[in-house]
Amino acid sequence: MIDKQARNEEYIAYVEKKSPKAGWAISLFHAFLMGATICCLGQMFSDIIRSFFPMLDLLTLGSWINVIVITLTILLTAFGCFDRIAKFGGAGTFIPISGFANSIASCAIEFKKEGLVFGVGAKMFYVAGPVLVNGVAYSLIVGIVYFIIGLL
Amino acid sequence: MLEALLMYLKVIFVGGTICMLAQLIVIRTKITPARILVIFLMVGAILGGFGLYNYVVDWAGAGATLPIIGFGNALANGAISAAKTDGFFGALSGGLIATSAGIAISIGFSYLVSFFVSSRTKKD
Repeated sequence: MIDKQARNEEYIAYVEKKSPKAGWAISLFHAFLMGATICCLGQMFSDIIRSFFPMLDLLTLGSWINVIVITLTILLTAFGCFDRIAKFGGAGTFIPISGFANSIASCAIEFKKEGLVFGVGAKMFYVAGPVLVNGVAYSLIVGIVYFIIGLL
Repeated sequence: MLEALLMYLKVIFVGGTICMLAQLIVIRTKITPARILVIFLMVGAILGGFGLYNYVVDWAGAGATLPIIGFGNALANGAISAAKTDGFFGALSGGLIATSAGIAISIGFSYLVSFFVSSRTKKD
């Protein structure tokens, strides 16, 4: 009979040995670079939009940047080049809103085979669902707390 | 001109630092990216709820709004400003209204794209 404990430890050591160890300083630098690049692109779009519509308020402007970055991300995902960018950038690609958009688009494409309702419709939110659910819940809490404080 | 350059330096600093922090969490712990997204969203909603994150947004522009913390901030901010004007109904609807454009385009465009693109088998 095989000793399970020893076998598991052996396996964990094997996985540790095999999993890639890119220098963590380098991956930090890549994340910084990618995050900064995406944010700079966003700032560039915001400057361009503001030069056309100087009266736009900050919230609408932020929404506009989000929409543009999301559209670009989904296009890149559709053409299949986002994977390589994400591999390079790590957290630098999934922390900006591009990660949210990419997770929806790639899940939609991935689960297309399983049909429109339970494939695309349901599994589109496999990764983005938790973000949406938590986000809406937090905004409800903040809004209701603020409303109650306003009543006092 | 110099002012614009300074703005971009701020954007690089704030946006890059937030992403680097997330990458540090990825490297140092075994937390999955989806959980990190939710944690950062929560941080954004808390900072936005106390109105602190707006100072960062004023300072660093897109460097603060594009990371998912800015998304949480927009949700909280929308709820607060709508609660001020529309009362309880605003508190319910404000968060989603503030972020609706981004959510709608992500869902709608992904749906459209999924008609035209099929998943490829990975080669490497």
